[in-house]
Amino acid sequence: MTATLENTATEAGAAVGVVPSFEVTLRVRRFNPESTHGEESYWDEYTITAHGTDRVLDALHKIKWEHDGSLTFRRSCAHGVCGSDAVRINGRNRLACKTLLKDVNPDKPIVVEPIKGLPVVKDLVVDMEPFFASYREIMPFLITTGNEPTKERIQSAEDRARFDDTTKCILCAACTSSCPVFWTDGQYFGPAAIVNAHRFIFDSRDEGAQQRLEILNDKEGVWRCRTTFNCTEACPRGIEVTKAIQEVKRAMITRAF
Amino acid sequence: MQTHQYDVVIVGAGGAGMRAALESSKEARTAVISKLYPTRSHTGAAQGGMCAALANVEEDNWEWHTFDTIKGGDYLVDQDAAEVMAKEAIEAVFDLERMGLPFNRTPEGRIDQRRFGGHTRNHGEAAVRRACYAADRTGHMILQTLYQNCVKQDVEFFNEFYVLDLIVDHDLTTEEIEDGAEVNATGVVAYDLATGEIHVFQAKSIVFATGGAGKIFKTTSNAHTLTGDGMALAYRRGLPLEDMEFFQFHPTGLAGLGILLSEAARGEGGILRNAEGERFMERYAPTIKDLAPRDIVARSMANEVREGRGAGPNKDYVLLDLTHLEPAHIDAKLPDITEFARTYLGVEPYTEPVPVYPTAHYAMGGVPTNIEGEVLRDGRNVVKGLYAAGEVACVSVHGSNRLGTNSLLDINVFGKRAGRSAAAYAKTATFKDLPETPAAAVVAQLDEMRNRPDGERVADIRKALQETMDANAQVFRTGESLNEALADIRELRKRYSNASVQDKGRLFNTDLLEAIELGFLLDIAEVTVVAAINRKESRGGHYREDFPDRDDKHYMLHTMAYRRPTVASDQAEGHVEGYFDHVEEFDGYKVVLGSKPVTMTRYEPMERKY
Repeated sequence: MTATLENTATEAGAAVGVVPSFEVTLRVRRFNPESTHGEESYWDEYTITAHGTDRVLDALHKIKWEHDGSLTFRRSCAHGVCGSDAVRINGRNRLACKTLLKDVNPDKPIVVEPIKGLPVVKDLVVDMEPFFASYREIMPFLITTGNEPTKERIQSAEDRARFDDTTKCILCAACTSSCPVFWTDGQYFGPAAIVNAHRFIFDSRDEGAQQRLEILNDKEGVWRCRTTFNCTEACPRGIEVTKAIQEVKRAMITRAF
Repeated sequence: MQTHQYDVVIVGAGGAGMRAALESSKEARTAVISKLYPTRSHTGAAQGGMCAALANVEEDNWEWHTFDTIKGGDYLVDQDAAEVMAKEAIEAVFDLERMGLPFNRTPEGRIDQRRFGGHTRNHGEAAVRRACYAADRTGHMILQTLYQNCVKQDVEFFNEFYVLDLIVDHDLTTEEIEDGAEVNATGVVAYDLATGEIHVFQAKSIVFATGGAGKIFKTTSNAHTLTGDGMALAYRRGLPLEDMEFFQFHPTGLAGLGILLSEAARGEGGILRNAEGERFMERYAPTIKDLAPRDIVARSMANEVREGRGAGPNKDYVLLDLTHLEPAHIDAKLPDITEFARTYLGVEPYTEPVPVYPTAHYAMGGVPTNIEGEVLRDGRNVVKGLYAAGEVACVSVHGSNRLGTNSLLDINVFGKRAGRSAAAYAKTATFKDLPETPAAAVVAQLDEMRNRPDGERVADIRKALQETMDANAQVFRTGESLNEALADIRELRKRYSNASVQDKGRLFNTDLLEAIELGFLLDIAEVTVVAAINRKESRGGHYREDFPDRDDKHYMLHTMAYRRPTVASDQAEGHVEGYFDHVEEFDGYKVVLGSKPVTMTRYEPMERKY
């Protein structure tokens, strides 16, 4: 036991300590109505020195803190739980804080752009209001009737597991802004709102499923989904988004949930 | 400039702020002002659980929870507050469940509970299953559930608004205010990040729920946005900060990164080992071993490294071993944190131990409040209409070391209480007049920072601050190291007065706000270090190698730190000759320390052994 641990310790140590630094270029799509570029977006390239465990967010910070303070992006927790920093990296939606530079081919310039389908405010910052408006519309809260129990409601471990996957959502919008339907039709609720509807529709304690299904049966609702799986691929939390949408569609037909 | 009027204004939309909002918005017209979208708040990063003596899986009662909290805090806890928290914990958990929180369940369908550091059966006999949890994303589920209920209740939010000043109707920094005299908080000044516009909010009640200040350190589990804003704003307005020397270093941060791996990993059976594979906690805490409180575990880890038993090429971390746990068990109970290890260090926790080292995690101190959430302006008097809850506040339920899970509990219990108190007061109070130009100071500060000619970069100063705090005010401290930190902070303050921003624009200027936040960080670091220099004993999270023992005779008191003009008296309330009499002069002001008694009810301080 001890010997094994020592060996693995050294290996883990090697992975942490010895990864060499490398040069990486980021090509960032900029937009700043107050700049000389006005309402036109433009590209800036920055070359920085990075380390093996650095993430795209570290690179953005390095640019902002050492080269160009005007580069603007959102971030907070920096480890993939707050959902602030969804951006498009080499054409794919990801969280900047969860994407290691070494995993996105740092030999070529790494292209960073704002997520698509939401109005760009400045550089990588988009207006999230339309996204949250869709979320609020599906009634994302437990709906119950009758008297509240004095203690907790009883829910079996199986019933709890039924909607576990969709409770992971951090509302980063990576899924919604990867959806081609959302790009062409900003009215579509989008995957994230449906994921959050799923979280309640399949919660055995909830009694609002009918209402939510009515809302999602709208012409801008769940039927707009074309099952392209972009959303599932984009989700930084590993939620099976397309599956959740399919389950909501099925519930709409069978009224079983 | 825009002006708004609300009965209650809540600053901060994490757990404490939204829990307060759910209470107050039922009774009074309420606005929540947050520098982030609510779901981005750092409550969402809390992992392991929220303790309450539900006794769903084994015998437990809230009195044991009270005792554990007091002992965990090394007896610097106000015992009446700890009692309130442990007692109301039970209802707080049920509240959340009824709001929809998806707790993990027992086979009978009740809320499941697991072990957590420092939580014991019958006053320390053995670890008890007290933490209610939702996998290892309990904080995420609390934040989501509270936000969902705010949506349901149609709570009004001002998102991405930075509160940059607190308006009080007396200048507490200069005026001598009599005991019992009425001092009112009347509003806040906020900056709308999207437009750069200033908003003045007049309010009958104001609740500060702005969270912590972990970014004074380099290695921290805290978000970039945790810059101590609320604490610094209160402090600048002459309100005291309590017990700021007590900062918690969480034992298991990912080595080199500081990203948090929940104590739940040890609650579920994970073991800390040194380079020799030894389960070293057996030596430091023979009874509850790896589940000793965080200050003890963090110190033990740092000591292993210091004595040459650290792992890795630089021997600078220890190992969290989960390899004896079933992968299925890990997936069910600890999915997120094991993914962190994979994503950020490339380590597979099923088969490899994870490199970990203590990471700055939680401020036990903060803006002093009573158990109703009212903010104190000294040891006794409250500021009318001002409330605080959560990490920004010091009730004090955490004393000198917070137990794991008690922060999620704190935000729910005292967030609710603060919201309730704020609404009740607002119903009886009238709006007080604001000064003629309430935003003048903020506007001047922003303009100066924005227009300052090319100076030093904010990021360089911040980095230097974080490095000196890590080097000199971390797990192990000495008078010498702390004075070194203080000298650095003085120097950094000078540099800060010449710092400039590159982004001179109005729209979404995060460059400018980072500069303002650095000002908050310098304030908080300064008061933390001054309080730490003064406390010549070791207690909880504050360990002085030059004074390794707890000294109840002289230091069983809360530190109260006041910022005062240079000409003011050197004696603050609770001045104790030789112990709480420290005065530290700075450029244009000084920090004066006083004290406040610890409230004791039924627990006599004992030696703290586990």
